Amino acid sequence: MDIPYTVEPRPDTGLYNAKVGIWLFLASEVMLFGALFSSYILLRVGAPEGYWPRGWLNVPIGTVNTLVLITSSITTVMAWASCKMNQFGRFKVFHAATLLLALTFVCIKSYEYHDKFTHYEITLRDGRIADGHLVANDPKADHVVISGRYVQDRKDLFDLEVRPAPRHHEELSIPRSQIEKMERYGPWHHTYLAIYFTLTGLHALHVIGGAIVIGFLWGPGSKLWETDPERFTNRIEISGLFWHFVDLVWIFLFPVLYLI
Amino acid sequence: MTAQDHESLNEHVRRYLYVFYALLFGTLVTVGASYIPFGNHAINIAVALFIACGKAFLVAAFFMHLISERKMIYGLLAFTACFFLGLMFLTLSAYGDFPRLTVTR
Repeated sequence: MDIPYTVEPRPDTGLYNAKVGIWLFLASEVMLFGALFSSYILLRVGAPEGYWPRGWLNVPIGTVNTLVLITSSITTVMAWASCKMNQFGRFKVFHAATLLLALTFVCIKSYEYHDKFTHYEITLRDGRIADGHLVANDPKADHVVISGRYVQDRKDLFDLEVRPAPRHHEELSIPRSQIEKMERYGPWHHTYLAIYFTLTGLHALHVIGGAIVIGFLWGPGSKLWETDPERFTNRIEISGLFWHFVDLVWIFLFPVLYLI
Repeated sequence: MTAQDHESLNEHVRRYLYVFYALLFGTLVTVGASYIPFGNHAINIAVALFIACGKAFLVAAFFMHLISERKMIYGLLAFTACFFLGLMFLTLSAYGDFPRLTVTR
């Protein structure tokens, strides 16, 4: 038995079924990300004055990633337009570009995560705080080496736009016996990082999920073009709607997490 | 496909490219505006969110074809918008409780 309304629109809705399905799914996604955005707002307004981080993320890298995702949106919509114009070869090229851009986005995001997971805040027994990226942490050695700086007040680590860190960090060799607490910039370090990793991690999962679907439609799924090109074009439209939503979420994540 | 359909699709493609350029420009403006000291940080936040809303409108309206969609989709999105606004209203009402109940310094 054939599934009805995969190509022709239903008389009552004027839409083919998959389109209704994807919009219902996207509506639920709006609420999912909306809940996390409202968590962000509550965490931010609830943070004591001067303790909400600014400048912790690399703006040029975030900007490049934004441009990558916007470019992937245009290649997705061009892939759909190519199907509509019966240009299967062009579709293949545009969707391959989308896949490459998705991979680029994930690679850049992984680099940013790596940067955070190798960044440490070390509280010393004399009250000073060492902050920087790990250089050496051999368990057999009696020193930990980081590339960073010392601060007296923890508050100096938060608003890097008001109190910027020096451009050139020095290598600090810290005796283990002097270390009271050593913590990396993971989600547990600060509520800002908790919501940053939650929001961007969930978004990255969407990018990966979308890329898998696009990859399938570019590869084995593209066989449908030979037997039912209209239905295949609808599938491209549906996957494209999801991809544009992923782009749309990032359009808000970028200024919220990186710029303000 | 008729020649008219083909021309109509070419027109759409041109529009997509204009939207793409506008999105690139909007991103650069967002970054640039974040470095301008408006005197009050709340203004920086408002400017960044205003530009983000404009970019989101372009993506939703043109790339997701919402500018010429069926009534049912508009109805579905109107419901979503109501729930989303309700969620944000609850967030703001919780914010009203912050100074009295939860913030410790």
